[in-house]
Amino acid sequence: MSPRHLALLLPLALFSAVIGCKKDPQAGGAGRDTGTGDIVIGHYASMTGSEATFGQSTDNGIKLAVKEINEKGGIKGRKVKLQTEDDAGKQADAVNAVNKLIQQDKALAIIGEVASSLSKAGGQICQKEGVPMISPSSTNPDVTKIGPMISRVCFIDTYQGAIGARFVLEELKLKKGATLYDRTQAYSSGLNEGFVDAFKKRGGEIVTQQAFSGGDTSFSAQLKEIAAAKPDFIYVPAYYSAIVNIGLEAQTLGIKLPMIGGDGWVSDVLKSSRDSLNGSYFTDHYSKEEKRPEVENFVAKYKKEFGSEPDSMAALGYDAAGVLFAAMAKAPTLNGDDLAKAIADTKDFAGVTGKITLNANRDVEKRAVVQKMQNGDFVFFKAYEVEK
Amino acid sequence: MTSFFQIIADGISIGALYALVALGYTLVYGILQFINFAHSDVFALGAWASLTAAAMLGLSSAFGAQVPPFYLTLLVLLAAMVVCGAFGYAIERLAYRPLRNAPRLNVLITAIGVSLLLQNIGQLEIFRAKNQGMTVYSIPFGPFPRVMPPMIVNESITFLGVTFNTVDLIILAVAMVIMIGIEWMIFHTKIGLAMRAVSFNHRTAALMGVNVDRVVSFTFVTGAVLAGAAGFLYCLKYPQLRQTADTMWVLFGLKGFVAAVVGGIGNIRGAMLGGLCIGLIEFLGVSTISSDYRDVYVFSILIVVLLVRPNGILGKAVVEKV
Repeated sequence: MSPRHLALLLPLALFSAVIGCKKDPQAGGAGRDTGTGDIVIGHYASMTGSEATFGQSTDNGIKLAVKEINEKGGIKGRKVKLQTEDDAGKQADAVNAVNKLIQQDKALAIIGEVASSLSKAGGQICQKEGVPMISPSSTNPDVTKIGPMISRVCFIDTYQGAIGARFVLEELKLKKGATLYDRTQAYSSGLNEGFVDAFKKRGGEIVTQQAFSGGDTSFSAQLKEIAAAKPDFIYVPAYYSAIVNIGLEAQTLGIKLPMIGGDGWVSDVLKSSRDSLNGSYFTDHYSKEEKRPEVENFVAKYKKEFGSEPDSMAALGYDAAGVLFAAMAKAPTLNGDDLAKAIADTKDFAGVTGKITLNANRDVEKRAVVQKMQNGDFVFFKAYEVEK
Repeated sequence: MTSFFQIIADGISIGALYALVALGYTLVYGILQFINFAHSDVFALGAWASLTAAAMLGLSSAFGAQVPPFYLTLLVLLAAMVVCGAFGYAIERLAYRPLRNAPRLNVLITAIGVSLLLQNIGQLEIFRAKNQGMTVYSIPFGPFPRVMPPMIVNESITFLGVTFNTVDLIILAVAMVIMIGIEWMIFHTKIGLAMRAVSFNHRTAALMGVNVDRVVSFTFVTGAVLAGAAGFLYCLKYPQLRQTADTMWVLFGLKGFVAAVVGGIGNIRGAMLGGLCIGLIEFLGVSTISSDYRDVYVFSILIVVLLVRPNGILGKAVVEKV
């Protein structure tokens, strides 16, 4: 069925519902599954581009989950097939990728994206076409507001920002903060907002908020402003692609303030930041050093499969696939509406990144960890359970 | 508020980099009257080649911050210049020479094609060298950002209340030496005479016994070698390199192009002057107004110059081009 046919059918279906037909109005993806053959799931991600480590890690996590479920005999006796599309970190490409996955590859569910702005672009299409989408790690609050087809397995920006604020006040006992964020990324401004709100509410003071835009390589002007405002620390909720230069420039300028970041820091690139980021902290979804059976199992299997250590993007990709497969096994059929409902009903799923229970907005509130940069590596520092 | 002299110092340092890139645009434009839009990608290639060369020499940012001996730093610079020069030659030979007498538009489209080709090849990862589980370098460069190992001791020096970084001084010194060298080459050597002759009229020059192909190749290689040096200096200043298709490279190249136009395209001294102007204006705007409009200042200057003095600041002053 082409989108044009669906568009024609939808008003008809609504009309029939209005005039008293007992049958539920049919959303677009209601009859998509053929009931036989492989179950195709789609993944769109930045396999290339500036944020490529996000896409590649996530894809590895999903691959591992797919391999496991197939070894266990698949879902409802059918094999799962993963189709990955590259969006190079660009919105237009993300839209094309999702369209291709749905129309051409006949994907029954979509996993993606890491970047919130791309999840919003792809999510619109999934919602319109009635194909359930699970975002592994888009943390912007607006992502799941697109509609009931969209859900996620990670916490949201404001929640993560608040965890950062709690950590700074409770653990580091620093009261005067400055922030430096990327105004072109929904993720970065969202985290900044969540942090600033929570920090002020808990009695902290923000002396200055500085912004930069995506492609910038020089941050000395902003860093000088920050140094002039004399804060105790700098909150830098940006993607890793900006962090190393920020750290090195701060070092050259003689700014010796601790930096606090978010999960956008997760990348091996930071490990080669010389020693400029030593002693910085960032909030994250999980740590590979945690002593929980889910984590230990996952890390061991991942190492065996890919020869490297899984970062939190890989863990979230694995969890997103895990939640999806569990929902598929439970759902009466694999059609859009049934599957979306099964995903939304997810309760206490024991994921690598913690217990996953979707709330009414199909968002998750779950534990967060704080990692520390130490001698060019990420070290587990502390875990924060959900505050009741 | 940073002091006025501090802004000038910061502006000159980045301006010297723009000037080096602008020289490449200006040289090629002076000879062929066409804008080599692949120049910013050769610049990116220079930066990535420096990183790869440094990693191949066993220097890696992951393992401490020791600075290598002086001759290794020079070797890395040389490697970047040689790689870019070779690419400059290949681009001219394979993409532009066959179109020498074709309409201008065809050449322009080819330039954009070459640019996209370089950007995308740069993202491939055919060979990958690993050390302790981390990729140290790959050929071509792969999609991941990487960090240039330290090549020089970068310290802040305060002189009369103005803080310089060592790297800024080095950039300025290298840029100056290269510019003076190019200027000298064009006005005091035989190949320089040939370049001027070809820029005047390449048919007549050919009739007078100038080997036009060789002169054009030489110009391209020189421009590419300069881009290589600029790429090396760039990663001394901003060690984290983004992958070759990142818009950041294109933007940097565009600013170099703006510098060439502002100074008077086709004019060597104009390129230097334009580069410094752009750097200064950018930093002046960033420090006094806001860093949000970093690119707006530069392109506003382009518009103003095009309206007031379409040939650029030095465009008319020198009649003889290149």
